[in-house]
Amino acid sequence: MHEFRMPALGADMDAGTLVEWMVKPGDAIKRGQVVAVVETQKGAIEVEIWEEGIVDSLAVETGRKVPVGEVLALLRAPGEPAGAAPARPAPAVPPPAASAAAPAAPPVQAAPAAVPQAGRTRISPSARKLAEELGIAIDSVMPAEPGGVVSRTDVERAAAAAKAAPAPAARSGISAAAGSGISAATSAATSATTSATTSVAADWHAQMRKAIAAAMSRSKREIPHYYLASEIDVTAVTDWLVGENLKRSVAQRLLPAVPFMKAVALALREVPELNGLWTADGFQPSPAIHLGMAIAMRGGGLVAPAIHDADRLDLDAMMAALRDLVTRVRGGRLRSSEMSDPTVTLTSLGDQGVDGVFAVIYPPQVAIVGLGKVVERPRAVGGAIVARKVVTATLAADHRVSDGHRGALFLAALGRLLNEPEKLR
Amino acid sequence: MNALTPDAIRATILDALCAIAPETDPATLAADKPLRDQVDLDSMDFLNVIVRLHEVFGIDIPESDYGQLGTLDAAVDYFARRSAAR
Repeated sequence: MHEFRMPALGADMDAGTLVEWMVKPGDAIKRGQVVAVVETQKGAIEVEIWEEGIVDSLAVETGRKVPVGEVLALLRAPGEPAGAAPARPAPAVPPPAASAAAPAAPPVQAAPAAVPQAGRTRISPSARKLAEELGIAIDSVMPAEPGGVVSRTDVERAAAAAKAAPAPAARSGISAAAGSGISAATSAATSATTSATTSVAADWHAQMRKAIAAAMSRSKREIPHYYLASEIDVTAVTDWLVGENLKRSVAQRLLPAVPFMKAVALALREVPELNGLWTADGFQPSPAIHLGMAIAMRGGGLVAPAIHDADRLDLDAMMAALRDLVTRVRGGRLRSSEMSDPTVTLTSLGDQGVDGVFAVIYPPQVAIVGLGKVVERPRAVGGAIVARKVVTATLAADHRVSDGHRGALFLAALGRLLNEPEKLR
Repeated sequence: MNALTPDAIRATILDALCAIAPETDPATLAADKPLRDQVDLDSMDFLNVIVRLHEVFGIDIPESDYGQLGTLDAAVDYFARRSAAR
């Protein structure tokens, strides 16, 4: 029997609230399948599983805040008899509100946990903000189209409905599926945590600031940063991109960020001490380059999910991956592996017009690369002053792992790669 | 296809903006002021708006024309001109 546990969702998140199960006992599951949705300080995350097998039982019901590492479900290998489960793990510390309210709750209330409620909590950040302002529980809002993303209009409609019918029933009880493995006793917490979930939603922005504060404070406390900057001539790559995009239809066009991402990923191959994680045993270099992309969330805050194996993607695949990631940061869901896997981060603030960014490393990573705005500058080329397009590339890196000399080699490699755009393909 | 009316073009552009940046409030958008100052659009958002407009209008929008789409009024003029020319 395999214990499927709450995965780590990045350095700044130690728990998540289970909002939805996408599987039920008896389901056969594949590697990489999304099995649950967890609400975190940075939005809803789809939790993937990396084992094959059959769901034996679900150990946590929806609405509960679950610490990283706690058992979420038990999985049996194909062929393994059902019900051979070890004793159910003791429930982890429930939220304080739940434990206080639990005795008062009705002793037997069916748990809705085992019934997947597909596509219910996807919500756009602006709709989420409105829901907070209006005091509407996100869970209670249905999107206009089944499985769609909850919009501001949906929230307004829900608010109007709530006014018309005060005190709507909390999640209605649904008979627990036989063999779900969830005892009725623990389900008493569900009704209590419904209000806890609402309050989490209500100060979502404050929660996210707290998460960013925790990770960045830890970074500044623990990581001896050093900073390098280099003005890189990007005339070749921007000219190449103009020509390339001229040949492409609107939907196939590449953003300038895409060749930059590819060049960063390739340059990291040359300086492996910038790509990996700092652990209790010191630096663990990563053979794979999973490029965390710092992406601003609508309404504030940011998240830096991974583009897996960025050095191996061609530019079209990179563009597709970036578009998909931005779309899901702003209106959908990220996946747990995207949150936990980045081995290095790239932050690009050129769109906002800054020349350069001296970034804070996201622990346990050991480096972050920054790109500013592409600008035209007079530069001396072959004894003449000519207008060239340049970008300020920066590196903040962990001095425990690398030195300025190696960091400088990275920026030099980046400049060289961007000067040969036809090789970035 | 006949030339599109400015009102229809304006409505389509606002729809596209609201779809990409849901916090956009068409009522308070100043049509003669730069869109990027009023709507929080990064380069990916802007490209997605262009893709959407391309799909709806069936007009190819070369990158070199992006400079003509800085304000709502300018964008309406641009698509009116382009749709009249075909």
